[in-house]
Amino acid sequence: MSTTIRIAAPKQASRGEVLELKALIRHPMETGYRRDLYGKQIPENILTRFECLYNGERVFAGELFRAIAADPFLTFYTVALESGTLEFRWVGQDGQRYSESVELEVL
Amino acid sequence: MTRWLPTLLLTLAPAAVADTRSFVDRPDLPAEAVQSGSAFLTAETRALQADDFANPGYLWVERGRELFGSGEKACSSCHQADTLAGAAAHYPQYDAAAGALLNLEARINRCRQSHQALPPLAYEAEELLALTAYVATLSQGQAITVAIGGAAAPYFQQGRAYYFQRRGQLNLACNQCHDDHWGKQLRGDTISQGQPNAWPAYRLEWQTFGSLHRRIRDCDAGVRAEPQASGSEIYTSLELYLAWRARGLSLESPGIRR
Repeated sequence: MSTTIRIAAPKQASRGEVLELKALIRHPMETGYRRDLYGKQIPENILTRFECLYNGERVFAGELFRAIAADPFLTFYTVALESGTLEFRWVGQDGQRYSESVELEVL
Repeated sequence: MTRWLPTLLLTLAPAAVADTRSFVDRPDLPAEAVQSGSAFLTAETRALQADDFANPGYLWVERGRELFGSGEKACSSCHQADTLAGAAAHYPQYDAAAGALLNLEARINRCRQSHQALPPLAYEAEELLALTAYVATLSQGQAITVAIGGAAAPYFQQGRAYYFQRRGQLNLACNQCHDDHWGKQLRGDTISQGQPNAWPAYRLEWQTFGSLHRRIRDCDAGVRAEPQASGSEIYTSLELYLAWRARGLSLESPGIRR
């Protein structure tokens, strides 16, 4: 599945530092309640879950619902422990998977 | 009764004349009054636009950057990104080879057809929005200045005429809101000057990114007039008038608008 994802995370941090992580994904978050120009119902199409894994360990997760605006933007925090990978994952309502990873160096 | 009628008509005449002044007599928005649409946004929306991570318009800019550098014959094989800095601030522009007025979207599509052997993209297609957003962003901060003389003059007149033409069931012309009543309230909204300098932009009402022509279609539909086709000559001409009218404003794309 391809979409545009933007991640803002520091490339380097010192051990114990609190990191601010930001994740933005292009997604319509269509509620299923709207109709198009011709009166036809626009089918529901939403993301249902977000997770952030730090070296495979889940550090942040959330469920997403219809009431969340298009192109969801999440900001959250974690603590820098060791160098490794931060993986950001989204799951769509029909199991679609989107992900993006960034490397973090802990000094 | 018939003796009275001419007198009655004469009495009404002055008011009727004042109301039907031709558009050519109407004044343009004075240069010193020109203000970007940003001035009419809430502080939160302005902050969202200014934050180049949180601004969702950058999702399209990013996609546009990828598209710009990809494909068999990429845009970047002719254009260095830095040579395009400022280019978007001078559109719409008359193109002699095309024999038509082209806006940025039309220019990109012309390039695709004549230099890249690719089919043109549909007007509101995500790829076209992304490429337009990327190219426009390269001119961010540049003052909008368009040429309205020579071959562009008839388009300019046509666009200006559209701007001052009353239309739709509400019988309103663009200038009645955007020249005469900007800064006042229209229900919960502050009426802006209808400046084009943030477009293409992310519109909160749409929950997505869109072109200036899509925005103008909404205005036409708002006064209950038949919207024109996006990319049509009349909207491109109107875009030229709007760009001239925005004289000196800096390009803000990707903007955030209500």
